[in-house]
Amino acid sequence: MCGIVGLFLKDAALEPQLGDMLTDMLITMTDRGPDSAGIAIYGAETAGKAKLTVQSDTPDVDFKGLDSELRKRIKGNIAMTVQDTHAVLEMQADQVDVARGALSDVRPSVRVMSHGETLQIYKEVGLPKNVAARFDIRKMSGTHGIGHTRMATESAVTTMGAHPFNTGVDQCLVHNGSLSNHNSLRRKLRRLGVHIETENDTEVGAAYLTWKMQTGSTLGEALQSSLDDLDGFFTFLVGTKDGFGVVRDPIACKPAVMAETDQYVAFGSEYRALVNLPGIEDARVWEPEPATVYFWSHNSAPTATEKAA
Amino acid sequence: MQTFDLEAEGLRALNSALHAQAANTNQTVWEIVNPKGSHAIAVGLDAPIEVNVKGHTGYYCAGMNKQATVHVHGSAGPGTAENMMSGTVIVEGDASQYAGATGNGGTLIIKGNASSRCGISMKGIDIIVHGNIGHMSAFMAQSGNLVVCGNAGEALGDSLYEAKLFVRGSVKSLGADCIEKEMRPEHITLLEELLERGGCDAKASEFKRYGSARKLYNFNIDNAY
Repeated sequence: MCGIVGLFLKDAALEPQLGDMLTDMLITMTDRGPDSAGIAIYGAETAGKAKLTVQSDTPDVDFKGLDSELRKRIKGNIAMTVQDTHAVLEMQADQVDVARGALSDVRPSVRVMSHGETLQIYKEVGLPKNVAARFDIRKMSGTHGIGHTRMATESAVTTMGAHPFNTGVDQCLVHNGSLSNHNSLRRKLRRLGVHIETENDTEVGAAYLTWKMQTGSTLGEALQSSLDDLDGFFTFLVGTKDGFGVVRDPIACKPAVMAETDQYVAFGSEYRALVNLPGIEDARVWEPEPATVYFWSHNSAPTATEKAA
Repeated sequence: MQTFDLEAEGLRALNSALHAQAANTNQTVWEIVNPKGSHAIAVGLDAPIEVNVKGHTGYYCAGMNKQATVHVHGSAGPGTAENMMSGTVIVEGDASQYAGATGNGGTLIIKGNASSRCGISMKGIDIIVHGNIGHMSAFMAQSGNLVVCGNAGEALGDSLYEAKLFVRGSVKSLGADCIEKEMRPEHITLLEELLERGGCDAKASEFKRYGSARKLYNFNIDNAY
């Protein structure tokens, strides 16, 4: 099964409540997948800076002195905020790749969850309510975010198998469904030099989108071509710095409900996830069409049928 | 009228109370408030009662219904009125995928749009949709009638048996072995009754009929071993 939620705020007054609203939505979806949970939050931006969110199974050991060790390897300052098994490292945007290289030297057991100017991804094995509490997601503010609660079918229940997956700078993906051609596609992408860490099907979907965008596709084009190149069942919710997008496979057996008001656009695997949002009684509620790319952006007028850029 | 607050009292209490109603019950009209997209609301009813659900419902609302009238004043989730035997289910809004699937009898009226796989494997139910229906609707439909006042999605009536499909608008594509068929007077009479029952503002003469070409495996003796 798996449960997906997403919230794109049009009304900036709601931004301080983003984490709280997303947490409630995700907890409601717990019975669609209790294995692991994760949330991607698009928060505040500091000009010229970017964030690397990293994870360790032994944070007491790994995060001790990590900032000062990385500081020696990069230009400029680095600020580290530790939250349970995750740490957010903020640095000059042009130093992130250097820091990632250094990280694999100084702390090989630390894994990168996300890289973005505004994006932070928190994910762990466990129930949504416990994962959200560990990272204090309720207190987070932001412009938009997506969440996922997993019922594993294709690979092991691990932190790295949890969603969302970071697909590129400030981009992430969550998935409900199962891809059936992920083994052959993984081999193909690896031959092309794409790094894929796990045996997870969604990671292959994420790597596919990343590869398409690195080779000249826009996000919209990458999502459109995923309809041809990915075999299996999927409802994807993708986050970008300025918005989020939805695409479902042509069979569309994985559920999806959307709601839109003057204040927000919300996505849920089921309507239950949306029932406590403000003004939901008067929202426009509908089911996204199969094989159709939908996108909402803070940078242009959001409409339900707008194709991704 | 009995009013039941689903959020306060819970699903099991609701369905137990509705199942306890016999043919001669005095509690003939029920109102369910705060459904909030919950699953399995008013499933397995078997009494001539009227149940009004004030809001949106989740999976499997009014499944396996017998005799009862279940009226959803909102939109309905996947599998609404699945395997209905008799009675009436009315959805004021849209219905998600596989509405009326495997239904044996009764009437399902959807005043908005129905999603994919509407009436899949229907076995005698009448489904009347005021809006559009999604892809793969009436797949392997065996008997009963599907009326669509709007448009139909891809692969309508794939591998159809003897169900009758009436569509007023466009059909994106027909499924395997589904063809357009002649509208004879008996079909006009049947459709007029269905449109009346469904409260549709449409004329029978505006519709086309689709049915099985009877060429697939089980219809053709030359396919037998």
